This record gives sequence, structure tokens and C-alpha cells, in this order.
Amino acid sequence: MNNRRVFMDGIIFNNPTFVQVIGMCPTLAVSNSAVNGFGMGLAATAVLIGSNIVISMLRKATPDEIRIPIFIVVIATFVTIIEMIVQAFFTPLYEALGIFLPLIVVNCIILARAEAFAFKNSVFSSAVDGLSNGLGFTLALTILGVIRELFGAGSVFGKTVMWGSFEPMSIIVQPAGGFLVLGILLAIFSIFTAKKASV
Amino acid sequence: MSLFVIIISGILINNYVLSRILGICPFLGVSKQVETAFGMSMAVTFVMTLAGVITWLAQTYVLEKLGLGYMQTVTFILVIAALVQFVEMVIQKFSPTLYQSLGIYLPLITTNCAVLGVSILNIKEEFGLLETTVNSAASAIGFGLAIVLFAGIRERLELSNIPEAFKGFPIALFTASLMSLAFLGFAGLV
Repeated sequence: MNNRRVFMDGIIFNNPTFVQVIGMCPTLAVSNSAVNGFGMGLAATAVLIGSNIVISMLRKATPDEIRIPIFIVVIATFVTIIEMIVQAFFTPLYEALGIFLPLIVVNCIILARAEAFAFKNSVFSSAVDGLSNGLGFTLALTILGVIRELFGAGSVFGKTVMWGSFEPMSIIVQPAGGFLVLGILLAIFSIFTAKKASV
Repeated sequence: MSLFVIIISGILINNYVLSRILGICPFLGVSKQVETAFGMSMAVTFVMTLAGVITWLAQTYVLEKLGLGYMQTVTFILVIAALVQFVEMVIQKFSPTLYQSLGIYLPLITTNCAVLGVSILNIKEEFGLLETTVNSAASAIGFGLAIVLFAGIRERLELSNIPEAFKGFPIALFTASLMSLAFLGFAGLV
């Protein structure tokens, strides 16, 4: 498989959120504003690239039976590093993401890429795969974040864009709104994919 | 905080799935039948309570004593992974049918963020050992309640006429959204 194909797969054709529907917890929990979604996406991308590279480098030395614990240790190490970096340099984001920052370690996307891709492919391809899946995740989170912030708070990336008399629908930034908006987006996505399949 | 408040809060007000949004993967994945949902929630309750207690002990008596607080994430996830392995072996031995129906989701409890979430929150809230035990169990029961109710609704949805585009995940997410809205009503309880 060439690297351009790998790259496009992760972002669009095999998008972790819209196509594979995995990694739902952070997707729903931190997409209540565009900045949070974007920040979470980038943090997960950094972990994903790092863990994919290391796991791919170790793939010949890793015994099959205990690969999952090894993956988890590698991922947890990168999560700890990223957590410290975010805490030191992006303190407001650190506080906004709260418990979901250490919880990147149990994001199914990262373990899924380790198992399905990095363990079987070369280091460079794995880095590309990590980058593309991470960006696909970031894209999905940002789209969700923009929609929820727009309707729930009347702003985008913290800037007010709705007209003055606009009454924010605060339910959209609540957990219930997260489920609702993602449900609508997935339904729209499936209309398009169904059309494509029937042609 | 009194223990009663912790229990009510864990099960209803701060329900792990519907208010905190943790543990969504098994919530969406293993909720097609009430029976499997019930089995899953039993497995999660067991793992979550044990994990909460063991991680608390590890944090208090090992990590803090040695000044290794930054190793929290790595330590906790390893403890949980080992526990899940253990529960998997026990279920495989005593109930092969349950083992088969839970399928791939059993090892996935390791990456159930509710389990790691409860462990980290126990430390963050500075709970004692008793409060930790109660909170972990209550949160797990809350998770079980949500997933079993959700499975009941989804069993009915299977039989109803749903627009093509909404089949599968979209309609499940709408259902979850309405349930979350209903649980929002508990917010003023305590």
C-alpha cells in the first residue's frame, strides 16, 4: 500500500469517527467547543504518531502473546509525556480537557491503529498512518465542536458570530446535545455513502 | 461527602455514561440485547470496583510514598489490564456461554474509559478507601443501569420502521441523547 493511500484512508475513507465509529468518549465529551475539540484532536494525534512509530520499531521484537500489554505501556508513556507538555504550556486547555487528557490512553483509535497497522507495517508508513488517523480524528472533533459551539453558545473558536438576539440552545453543549449532533452527522454521512454504493 | 450522596450521585446524577460521557464504546457496542448488556454490566461492575480499590491502594501506598505521582496513568492502566485478564479467565471457566456472547468486548474492558476514569476521579476527589469503594461500585451500577435500559430500548427499535439513513448508530445516538436528557432531570436531586 502506498503512503498517499494510507494518508487519505485515515482522514476520509476510513475516518476513525465517521466511518469506524470508534473513540466515542472523547469525541462526545470534549467537542462542546471548537477549541477543546481541536486541542484534544492534536493531543491524540501526537500520541498516535509516537506510539505508532515505537510499536512499529518494536514489532519484530514483540512476542505475539503479550503484544497488547506492550502496546498499552508504550501508549501510556506517550500520553504521560503529552499530558505534561499540555499542562506546562497550554494550561487553560489542560483544565478544559480535565480527565479526558489521561484518558487518551484508553482511546480505542490508538490501540486499534497499533494492532491493525503499526504492528504489521514499516516505521515510515506507520508514522503516516498515525498522522492521518490523528488528523481525521481532529477534523471530526473540530467539525463537531464548531457545530455545537455555534448553536450552543453562538460563537466559533470563542468569537461571537451569531446575531445579537440569538438565544443559545444550551442543550447542544450538554452531553445530550453531543449524542444528538453526532447522530445527525452520522445519518448525513450514511446518506452519502449509501448513494455511492448504489450507483 | 456522605456515602449516601456518593451513591445517588454515582448512579443517577453523574451517571458515567449519560452525564460524564465515559464508557461509550461498550455502551454502543454491547447493547443490542438485554442479556449481553446485563452480562457486560456485571463484568464491568466487578472489574470497576476492584480496579478502584487496587488503584487507590497503589496510588496511596506505592506511588505517593515513592514520589512517583507522574507514573499514575501507566500504573493504573497496567493494574486494570491485569484485572481484566483475570476476570476473563474466571468467566471462561465458569460460564462459557456468557464468555462467547461477550466476545471481543471482554478484553475491551481494558480500554473502557469508565474504569480508568473512576480510578483517576477517586484520586482527584481525594476520597478515602471506604468512599473509593462505594463510589466505584455506585458508578459501575450507574453504568449497568444505563446500558441495560438502553439495550431494552434498542431491542424494541429492531422491530420498528426506521428511515434507511438512521439505521444503526444514528438512531442509537438519538436514543442515548433522549436518555441523557431524562437523566439531566436528576441534576437537582441532592
